Amino acid sequence: MSDSTAIAQTPHGTHEHPPYQRHHFESMDQQVDATGFAMWLFLLTEIMFFGGLFTAYLIYRNWYFPAFVAGSHQLNIFWGSLNTLVLISSSFTMAMGVWCAEMRKQGALVLCLVLTFILGIGFLGIKTIEYKEKFEKHHVPGLHFSVKSFVDPASDPDIAQYHDKPLRLDMARHTELYFFLYFAMTGMHALHMIIGIGILGFMIFRARAGAYTTGHITFVENFGLYWHFVDIIWIFLFPLLYLISRHG
Amino acid sequence: MSSTIVSLPDQSTARIPKTNFITKENGLLSWLLTSDHKRIAILYLISITFFFFIGGAMAGLIRLELLTPQSDLMATDTYNKVFTMHGVIMIFLFLVPSVPATLGNFLIPLMLGAKDLALPKVNLLSWYLYVVGGIMVLYTMVSGGVDTGWTFTTPLSTHYLNTNVISTGLAIFVAGFSSIFTGLNFIVTIHKMRAPGMTWFRMPLFVWAHYAASILMVLGTPVLAIAIVLVLLERTVGIGVFDPTKGGDPLLFQHLFWFYSHPAVYIMILPGMGVISEVISTFSRKRVFGYTAVAFSSVAIAVFGFFVWEHHMFIMGVSNYSMLVFSLLTMLVAVPSAIKIFNWTFTLYKGSITFETPMLYAFGFMGLFTIGGLTGVFLASSGTDIHLTETYFIVAHFHFVMVGGMLMAFLSGIHFWWPKITGRMYPEKISQLAALITFIGFNFTFFPQFILGTLGMPRRYAAYPPEFQILNVFSTAGATILGVGYLLPILYLTWSLKYGEIAGNNPWQATGLEWQIQSPPLTENFIEIPIMDHDAYDYEWLERQNQKEKEVTSVG
Amino acid sequence: MSEHQEQHEHHEPDNRDVHDTDFHVVSPVTYIIVFSVLLVLTGVTVLASLFDLNAWNPIIALFIACVKATTVVLFFMHVKYSSRLTKLTVGAGLFTFLILIGMTMSDYFTRAWGRW
Repeated sequence: MSDSTAIAQTPHGTHEHPPYQRHHFESMDQQVDATGFAMWLFLLTEIMFFGGLFTAYLIYRNWYFPAFVAGSHQLNIFWGSLNTLVLISSSFTMAMGVWCAEMRKQGALVLCLVLTFILGIGFLGIKTIEYKEKFEKHHVPGLHFSVKSFVDPASDPDIAQYHDKPLRLDMARHTELYFFLYFAMTGMHALHMIIGIGILGFMIFRARAGAYTTGHITFVENFGLYWHFVDIIWIFLFPLLYLISRHG
Repeated sequence: MSSTIVSLPDQSTARIPKTNFITKENGLLSWLLTSDHKRIAILYLISITFFFFIGGAMAGLIRLELLTPQSDLMATDTYNKVFTMHGVIMIFLFLVPSVPATLGNFLIPLMLGAKDLALPKVNLLSWYLYVVGGIMVLYTMVSGGVDTGWTFTTPLSTHYLNTNVISTGLAIFVAGFSSIFTGLNFIVTIHKMRAPGMTWFRMPLFVWAHYAASILMVLGTPVLAIAIVLVLLERTVGIGVFDPTKGGDPLLFQHLFWFYSHPAVYIMILPGMGVISEVISTFSRKRVFGYTAVAFSSVAIAVFGFFVWEHHMFIMGVSNYSMLVFSLLTMLVAVPSAIKIFNWTFTLYKGSITFETPMLYAFGFMGLFTIGGLTGVFLASSGTDIHLTETYFIVAHFHFVMVGGMLMAFLSGIHFWWPKITGRMYPEKISQLAALITFIGFNFTFFPQFILGTLGMPRRYAAYPPEFQILNVFSTAGATILGVGYLLPILYLTWSLKYGEIAGNNPWQATGLEWQIQSPPLTENFIEIPIMDHDAYDYEWLERQNQKEKEVTSVG
Repeated sequence: MSEHQEQHEHHEPDNRDVHDTDFHVVSPVTYIIVFSVLLVLTGVTVLASLFDLNAWNPIIALFIACVKATTVVLFFMHVKYSSRLTKLTVGAGLFTFLILIGMTMSDYFTRAWGRW
């Protein structure tokens, strides 16, 4: 960025403001406020982005409730709960990371970020296990989707505990919509996780160089907001997809 | 016309200030890597003008095809591609960014007394996203086009067409993020970057209008993004969410699409209304009548805008009961729009009105927008909508609001702030002529379409029954006049870059903070951050200020 | 990212006063309490889902999800200690989200009512 370096080189008054203050802000407070507010607005756009998917979910759950029941029996409540715990823990370590940055504890900050990073990877790992099972059972919409488990539940040992009645073919086919919503919502969520983990990697690198323990923690703080937001999305996805349709 | 408020400096001695944001740095890279909001505004201005003329050429082709009842100029599927491209380019690449990304970008920090937008790099990023989106649309055009119409209605776009829906969809997705970032930047700037003393109710109405439009950009555009993602997934993997054979509901797409695309028309028109407020006040030398009402009506339009989208779907099979609700809510939007029109009219009342070009365009806006808005009420009432929708009545209504309203406002604003942006005046007489030509051409083009629509001529067909030909010939003839009206400004504005008169700081004797600094402004806008100690549109303050300056120079 | 490099070079340990003027630092104790609450609520919601409570299943699950989300927003995301503007922003997002869902549903739920 040619212009920002040019500005850094010009004698900037008598250096009455810190070097990380961008030239167009009047004060550090203004800069912190503005960037934090911008992050919140960005999160609003994310809410609305997921909002479209939630709307679709609500409509189709109302229309095809039996298919949603049969579909949600295919999800493993253990993996889902474990993932919820992993993600909540990562949110906790992230919040602690922000606190460490505020307190200028460089070592602790790096530790928190690394833990968050590992927990994030762990979440994606568990998600991969779940996805893999769906691939094996042909429950991925658009890719040789099979309704076998739903028209003939006896053939599927995984759902024996639920004693599902066979669905009529037209309803069974609507499980594809359930699985589409499952993949769209968790996939979109996972994409946000992957982006977040990428940024986390960069942050760990910077934090070790001491970049966030100088009193200027805007970046850590705003990333924290993003990470917690991704956590909140999961807090809703978990009951919607795993829990609320278990009993037909 | 003897009376004019234009006060230019003595042309024999006046010079454009040596240091300004244009001369500060040279070379292509200094433009492409800039984070100066004024330079980004100019980048935007060049790119949207480019796309406007491509979209305009498409419009010309459409009108030429419709000169005769048969489809003889081009094949019918080519016609489908042409009107789709016209819609996509004009909506997503011209109207949505038109005023906000150019004038808004340039002026909001100046009007608020800030050095730049809050997030200058994000601002630059948004221009690059726009360019990427634009290039993808151009790619779509050369690689065979797309024929879904700009609305991408499912299942047509997902199942029945084999044109470049994917590249167009991605283009709109990317351009949408450009618009999100612009809106986000404006909201943060307006909240956090105001100069001391610049309270909310001292802000120019231009800023209020942009604030309202930005809310819509930030909250509406993501829903369009997810709708497009779903269409693309439906096309590529066949996920079934909009596919009736798999239990999906094609109408859901329209709900999501219009949740954005109806507010989008307010994204397009609100900044234009902001321009009109500034122009009307300046050229009638009066504070805008009912400042607070006009300011809040912008916000009201933005809020109501989210409650009305279903009126685009009245004949698509939505429930009768929700139709009733949406019909009533839609009519509510007429209230804040009318507040604006009435308040502008009251501003004119007993004002010292002069008729410079921006004012002529503003008059055009008021007349044409009123017609466009009132015909909107016909379409809001579900009974008449069933007869009129999908006919040329819709086309005429939309173009009255968007071309008669928004484009007039855009041209008004470009002329009004041209001296501030470039430091030079545009030639007055020929531009007044251009404004007149545009107005006449516009009415010739689009008024017949109201009649065509009520007679039942459907939109989006290359051919039509011969009895509609007379009105269509009128319309095409009008389009040629309109084309001249749009070409003229390009020519004389370019000419004025070199030969225009030196404008000085404040050629219109306007009150905004942007007029109190040199033109073109410095890169950092203000030498020292101004303190706002008066209301917006306070012409007495300006007089006192001029008086003071005179005393200083005479003493000196 | 040039500002990051600069800040590294100009590292001054005593510029704490330029930041955090009226910034509320949430203590780790709060975070630990919030974390435990979230864990407990996750347990409760999983447990509740094991019983067939008819219409109450989704109600309970979504209520708990809302409580959890609110806790995260208020404490982890510091909204409880933030400006009114931030609170308003969160509210605006929620409001528009509910309009999207609510107004869309007004169509879907009344379609079955048929004609007048």
